[in-house]
Amino acid sequence: MYYFWVPFLPMLGIIVPLLTNKLSRSACALATAMLPALALCFILLDLPAVFAGQSFSQSIEWIPQLGLALSFRLDGLSALFSLLILGIGLLVILYARYYLSEKDNMGIFYCYLIMFMTAMLGIVMSNNMLQLWFYWELTSISSFLLIGFWSHNSDARKGARMALTITGAGGLALLAGIILLGQVVGSYDLDVVLNSGELVKQHPYYLAILSLFLIGAFTKSAQFPFHFWLPHAMAAPTPVSAYLHSATMVKAGIFLLARFYPVLAGTEVWFVVVSLTGLFTMLLGAYTALFKHDLKGLLAYSTISHLGLIVLLLGLNTELAAIAAIFHIMNHAIFKASLFMAAGIIDHESGSRDMRQLNGLWKYMPITATLAMVASASMAGVPLLNGFLSKEMFFAETLDQSILGAMSWLIPVLSTIAAAFAVAYSLRFIHDVFFNGEPKGLTKTPHEPPRYMRVPVEVLVAICLLVGIFPNYTIGPLLQSASLTVLNHPLPEYNLALWHGFNIPLMMSALAIVGGLGIYLNRKHLFKFSGMFPAIDAKIEFEGVIQASVKWAQKITGKLENGSLQRYAFCLCFFALLLIAPPLLELDTTKGILSGTPMNGAVIVAAILLIAGSLATVIWSHYRLIALLMLSLVGLVVSITFAYFSAPDLALTQLSVEIVTVILLLLALYFFPQHTPTSKSRPSHFVRDLAIASLIGGIIGSICFALMTNPLESISEFFLANAKTGGGGTNVVNVILVDFRGFDTFGEITVLGIAALGIYKLIAGMRLSMRTKDHDGRLWAKDKYPVLLSVVSQSLLPLFLLISAYIFIRGHNLPGGGFIAGLITSIALIQQYLAHGVDWMTKRVSVSYRYMIAIGLVTAGLTGLGSWIFGRPFLTSWFEYVSLPWIGKFELTSALVFDLGVYFTVIGATLLILASLGQLTTKERITEGER
Amino acid sequence: MELVYAVCVGFMSACGIFLMLRGHTFTLVIGLTLLSYAVNLFLFASGGLTIGAPAVLNGSENYADPLPQALVLTAIVIGFAMTAFAVILAMRGRSDLGNDHVDGTEPFDRLAAEEKS
Repeated sequence: MYYFWVPFLPMLGIIVPLLTNKLSRSACALATAMLPALALCFILLDLPAVFAGQSFSQSIEWIPQLGLALSFRLDGLSALFSLLILGIGLLVILYARYYLSEKDNMGIFYCYLIMFMTAMLGIVMSNNMLQLWFYWELTSISSFLLIGFWSHNSDARKGARMALTITGAGGLALLAGIILLGQVVGSYDLDVVLNSGELVKQHPYYLAILSLFLIGAFTKSAQFPFHFWLPHAMAAPTPVSAYLHSATMVKAGIFLLARFYPVLAGTEVWFVVVSLTGLFTMLLGAYTALFKHDLKGLLAYSTISHLGLIVLLLGLNTELAAIAAIFHIMNHAIFKASLFMAAGIIDHESGSRDMRQLNGLWKYMPITATLAMVASASMAGVPLLNGFLSKEMFFAETLDQSILGAMSWLIPVLSTIAAAFAVAYSLRFIHDVFFNGEPKGLTKTPHEPPRYMRVPVEVLVAICLLVGIFPNYTIGPLLQSASLTVLNHPLPEYNLALWHGFNIPLMMSALAIVGGLGIYLNRKHLFKFSGMFPAIDAKIEFEGVIQASVKWAQKITGKLENGSLQRYAFCLCFFALLLIAPPLLELDTTKGILSGTPMNGAVIVAAILLIAGSLATVIWSHYRLIALLMLSLVGLVVSITFAYFSAPDLALTQLSVEIVTVILLLLALYFFPQHTPTSKSRPSHFVRDLAIASLIGGIIGSICFALMTNPLESISEFFLANAKTGGGGTNVVNVILVDFRGFDTFGEITVLGIAALGIYKLIAGMRLSMRTKDHDGRLWAKDKYPVLLSVVSQSLLPLFLLISAYIFIRGHNLPGGGFIAGLITSIALIQQYLAHGVDWMTKRVSVSYRYMIAIGLVTAGLTGLGSWIFGRPFLTSWFEYVSLPWIGKFELTSALVFDLGVYFTVIGATLLILASLGQLTTKERITEGER
Repeated sequence: MELVYAVCVGFMSACGIFLMLRGHTFTLVIGLTLLSYAVNLFLFASGGLTIGAPAVLNGSENYADPLPQALVLTAIVIGFAMTAFAVILAMRGRSDLGNDHVDGTEPFDRLAAEEKS
């Protein structure tokens, strides 16, 4: 089985044209064609098995929990489409070689084209719905690139944008539908989904799924009311139109309907919606096509009409209709691709596509004219050609339905009328272009195209004839296996013969041909009639809608995002309030059942200090130094609070962090204005902020109170019970940090390191003026480094280091540990900076704090990894008691090494921040070059 | 005692948030620091208030809840990193933009510019 490789070959082939672009044009085209040709061979090799009724699927699991897999299938339907995509694709490659001019970048064009081919193959061969959708969107994107290939042309850009918007939006709807369907079925695997038709149709979501799928299919296949993008996509180079807008991409929507026919079809809604949409689109397209003066415009509307016909067939309530639909998919792809190519030849060799200028080309290009005439006859449904056969089947099926009840006769009548218009526009294509007088105002004299440019058209027209005359021998098996896939059960009897006797369908065909002749002969009156209606330019309407929505979006964005951080912060607080408040309102009382701890004098004093300190910070916030002092008061009381409520580790940490923070803010204050300018904010804002701050504060206080007075189930018992036995330490807080939750701590020191490095980068290259006087105009003290301070701090340094070592080592069993020890060491070193200055320190401390952070992180990380050597999970700790002579029994633990990593990271980060900031005013400062 | 504790936490949060909503960067940093004190106290209180029983195993029955303490310990250090980052960012803003308003321009300058144009 080779089919699994088919989608990958063109994928690989995307880069081939780019690599061979430098070679000659023919070589590039040939190289580009190689991989698709190989893929075509693979499909052909697998074809006999498919004809025997088999279907294959193969997948590589990716994320099974989400139903994601790389999965491809080959069955009758995908084989049929793959043949169309690869076969016509190869012809288009050949055709484009001659169509593109020297100025066009052929490599890029082929690259887009093959990308599109990959996407189409992916759609038809996917065995997973999500994967199918991925390729579906890829077709939208690659078709955008192809339509806009002549990007210097405004029409091309607009057409490409319109196609992308419509088909892309449809794709999103399809994604929603696919997810819903996947939820209902419980799998995204097509093998499963296609056999769950009954389940899906009875599910309450069925209507939603169906509508979303239909939006996806109708946008892609240009069905009313989404049809308008297709004519504008004609701004694309003609090979693109021949490939995308006749044979393949617009068929993707129809493929979707056919692929999911077993799952979604068969209900009343399906028949009514699908058939009426198809019917209306068919009529609208056929009627409009007649009045288009642009050759490609005529073909575009004709394509819309034929797509409508196929959709109508899929919507009819008979199995034979589905078979006819598949038959017409093939036939339409073949004759329409050849017609587009013929139109491209005419355009290329005569310089115009306007049928008011193009007349009497028969004389100039008889062979092309003959080919085009055969193809348009097939489009019109003339006997002995493939278009006739499927149209006959179509007529037969319109008679055999009862969708509209007593009014069901409307469908065959309207179908005949649409067919008559099809005959009329086909006649116009033949008569106006090749006969009807002489060419008017052409820029060059028309002539036959290069020999090989015509080959693709010849091949396709030959297929039209062969299928039209010997249907059973040519297309029979393919049609049968594809229909088998679509219907998902044994096929009814059907007959592909050319002659079915004198019957109603034949009469309808005859009527359509005669009627079409009549319409064409009276076209002058019809043109006058249609001229009375105001012309609607979809492009202008579409742009209007787009511009309006852009304006609307900008207005909203402008309202929400006005550049004021204060406003964003307010919104953030406001929405936090909205989210927290409602659940609180449902509580009857804040007070819980736990009896409180009794009050005492010390607590009251602390509370008064906290409140007064906070209040003073707010009140004097304009005097920045005072505010900072008040803030540090609050911080001190907080650390005392921790100490009072049995948290010595926290108290130590808070105290040392407090010192570092205040030094940092004091340093920063040197560069800021000492006073905040008096408030220029509006009084209403002041009240607003006060209100929201009080409300949130009240809520936090209430939650805090409720939390403390209600009994709480917590996992803390586990830590208390296992700290000694599992972690080998008696200080439970430290054991949690370095052992139980070591991974969290590892993350946290990483964040600390990143913050410090970020600060380092922010400081590098900072330009701030250094003030020579203080706020009141006094000069700075001359004595920069007071002797007393230097002497005391220097003698204190060893003491500090000793304390921090002690705190560090005892941390596992008594309050202390890496964090606190690191902070104490940092403070000791910062004190040296303060006392002696940066120059003095730089001479003595040659360590780079950045490396210190790295060493700390690596130490902690390696300790964690070490447990892998013993086959344990990351950061599993190990401890052992050993005894040495004289020292006695002591504990060795891996957690201590981890804590050492924490210690170094904390020192590195703290000093990197403070030292870099302190250096700003000295010649040691970091400059841009060190970034 | 719980009531007093809760009132303090609520009051500190309110002050912190109010300062955070001000228009100048240094005030904002002060507000953030105050708010982080309040948040740390809040988190700490979720384990209940215990007096005289640190979570250091010594054979007794009663211990303070160690989990909130461990959480708050790292929160304090991370809070410091955040404060430091915020204040240095504010300095950088002043260095690059020439003023210390959170929006990069003083409101009256902006109004004047709008009137001019």
